[in-house]
Amino acid sequence: MTVQELPGAAAYRPTPPPAWKPLTDPAPLLPDPEPYRVLGTDAAADADPELLLRLYAELVRGRRYNAQATALTKQGRLAVYPSSTGQEACEIAAALVLEERDWLFPSYRDTLAAVARGLDPVEALTLLRGDRHTGYDPREHRIAPLCTPLATQLPHAVGLAHAARLKGDDVVALAMVGDGGTSEGDFHEALNFAAVWRAPVVFLVQNNGFAISVPLAKQTAAPSLAHKAVGYGMPGRLVDGNDAVAVHQVLGEAVARARRGEGPTLVEAVTYRMDAHTNADDATRYRVDSEVETWRAHDPVKLLERELTGRGLLGEDGIEEAREAAERMAAALRERMNADPVLDPMDLFSHVYTEQTGQLREQAARLRAELEAERDRHDDHGAEAGR
Amino acid sequence: MTTAAATTGARTAKTKPATMAQALGRALRDSMAEDPAVHVLGEDVGTLGGVFRITDGLAKEFGDDRCTDTPLAEAGILGAAVGMAMYGLRPVVEMQFDAFAYPAFEQLISHVAKMRNRTGGAMPLPITVRVPYGGGIGGVEHHSDSSEAYYMATPGLHVVTPATVDDAYGLLRASIASDDPVVFLEPKRLYWSKADWSPDAPADVEPIGRAVVRRPGRSATLITYGPSLPVCLEAAEAAVAEGWDLEVVDLRSLVPFDDETVAASVRRTGRAVVVHESTGFGGPGGEIAARITERCFHHLEAPVLRVAGFDIPYPPPMLERHHLPGVDRVLDAVARLQWEAEG
Repeated sequence: MTVQELPGAAAYRPTPPPAWKPLTDPAPLLPDPEPYRVLGTDAAADADPELLLRLYAELVRGRRYNAQATALTKQGRLAVYPSSTGQEACEIAAALVLEERDWLFPSYRDTLAAVARGLDPVEALTLLRGDRHTGYDPREHRIAPLCTPLATQLPHAVGLAHAARLKGDDVVALAMVGDGGTSEGDFHEALNFAAVWRAPVVFLVQNNGFAISVPLAKQTAAPSLAHKAVGYGMPGRLVDGNDAVAVHQVLGEAVARARRGEGPTLVEAVTYRMDAHTNADDATRYRVDSEVETWRAHDPVKLLERELTGRGLLGEDGIEEAREAAERMAAALRERMNADPVLDPMDLFSHVYTEQTGQLREQAARLRAELEAERDRHDDHGAEAGR
Repeated sequence: MTTAAATTGARTAKTKPATMAQALGRALRDSMAEDPAVHVLGEDVGTLGGVFRITDGLAKEFGDDRCTDTPLAEAGILGAAVGMAMYGLRPVVEMQFDAFAYPAFEQLISHVAKMRNRTGGAMPLPITVRVPYGGGIGGVEHHSDSSEAYYMATPGLHVVTPATVDDAYGLLRASIASDDPVVFLEPKRLYWSKADWSPDAPADVEPIGRAVVRRPGRSATLITYGPSLPVCLEAAEAAVAEGWDLEVVDLRSLVPFDDETVAASVRRTGRAVVVHESTGFGGPGGEIAARITERCFHHLEAPVLRVAGFDIPYPPPMLERHHLPGVDRVLDAVARLQWEAEG
């Protein structure tokens, strides 16, 4: 029975607003039961070789970036790093499907997407280094601050996309969230707003199997996370998150659809987090090695490499070249991260309000006096030591 | 500092009685007419004109895109406003009732208040969050909370509350013009309070952060804001018979706090009572009393007293008159300021 057939429906909804249409057939919104794949199938032959090679170079670079950032935590140069090793295909595809004018709304694990979009690798790490909350101007790169609270960036993406459309701008927002984030209220509210407003937004859920330690089975009872889309009235798409070409295609279609004014799409990329939640987490407490090994055989870099070498688009030289480029990036990152950031404690008061309140001016004066006293003590020490 | 929007002209004699609700609606209308970036959104703000009719007529005049009925979801409303502000709009969000704002707290505290700070000043969020607050209208539970202490405790937010028809207009205009997020607390029991007011020549748009002396006096200062201002003014008149000449300070802005006006008044009078209907324990009065003590200790003839609502969840409407501080409770406190006599 459709909504229109309900007895008395006309009495309480005599004039539906123009955009409202009863959903008589939800089938087009439903995801296919199996994640969409390209690599290893006949469809791969149609993929643009240039795109494949670009994706490959970015995946190799991304893998190396994750390893380098994790190493930096061990050297105390980063406070924490949530690795996306195993999820590089999602990260890279998310960055590469967007036009320059589009916006990316990443979560805390999506450093790689921000870097692949062109953000300075060091600027992308300031939050995790602990010197700045956001080391870049979001408007300059059209990348929202890496978001630590779960799913709260999703309504921002909806509002921004909505505002852009109201202004007549041809802009799409792509918002990233994890499987755990889909349980948050903000996820629900963002999807509902986006669908009602037909906002040009794409939601990318990276289902990496665990919300820290909690497996998907304890997170949701839905047939898939992509199935949640149908309840909001938007299409849900299920894709193999380790297949960079498939993710790129599915996100590309969703972005194109949003740009055409046809509204939001929810994409679930099924992937796996090869490392622990962060360097501070012990994943052996909640998952078994055999599961990790199964996923290792389905590695996103290897999948693409196999496709490229099989088709003769990539040889040993090409692989070596990609590795060397990644090494150069890692070496530069290492070197720059080894320099101590220069911080001015007085900046603590600089960006709370447009202009400091009287209360903040008083507190700033107190801190300035403390800093001067500290410097004087330091100078006295130096003078004594010199005698 | 918050910039004051230009006023539409000097005051003229052509005034007639207007309610606070009308002045608020007019402030929204004038802001929207002046700046196409100003957008109003919330539950019921469009066709219905808001449950208190503050947004009445805006959707008709400016269209659904400028005054938008949203799905019923406060976190979504405020979260969407964050994104809209990130793209250069000036959203004005209506929270309908004080306790309905709680689902949006994470957006408010983690994003609205902090975005400027998180981005090193690169991304200010000029959002105004209108929250009808306080009791005295016979509302059932979850419709009468005074949540100002929660907002005051969050750096990055301005917290503003008018008590007069003029201020309702002027402060709301200033809030919308501010490049900082403002929690604009509307004392809902004063929505229908009237004053002679000219919509064609509204009062000056005051910068946010200034308190004002509503009634000059010599013997003690009543410090108050929003719904308790009329109570204090009435108490001050009643106290004349007891020989008290009370000064009444209307804070108008809780953040930033106008230490100068408050301290100057208390130094003149030597005695102070803070009056608000929010709970006393952990409430705004404790902070205000502490600030006064720190600045005016040597001028004080008595401890700073607080007259607040009881430390209870907001009571059912048939009992709320016992909870809300009235004239008698204020006068009792003033009587207790005779500290020397007891010493």
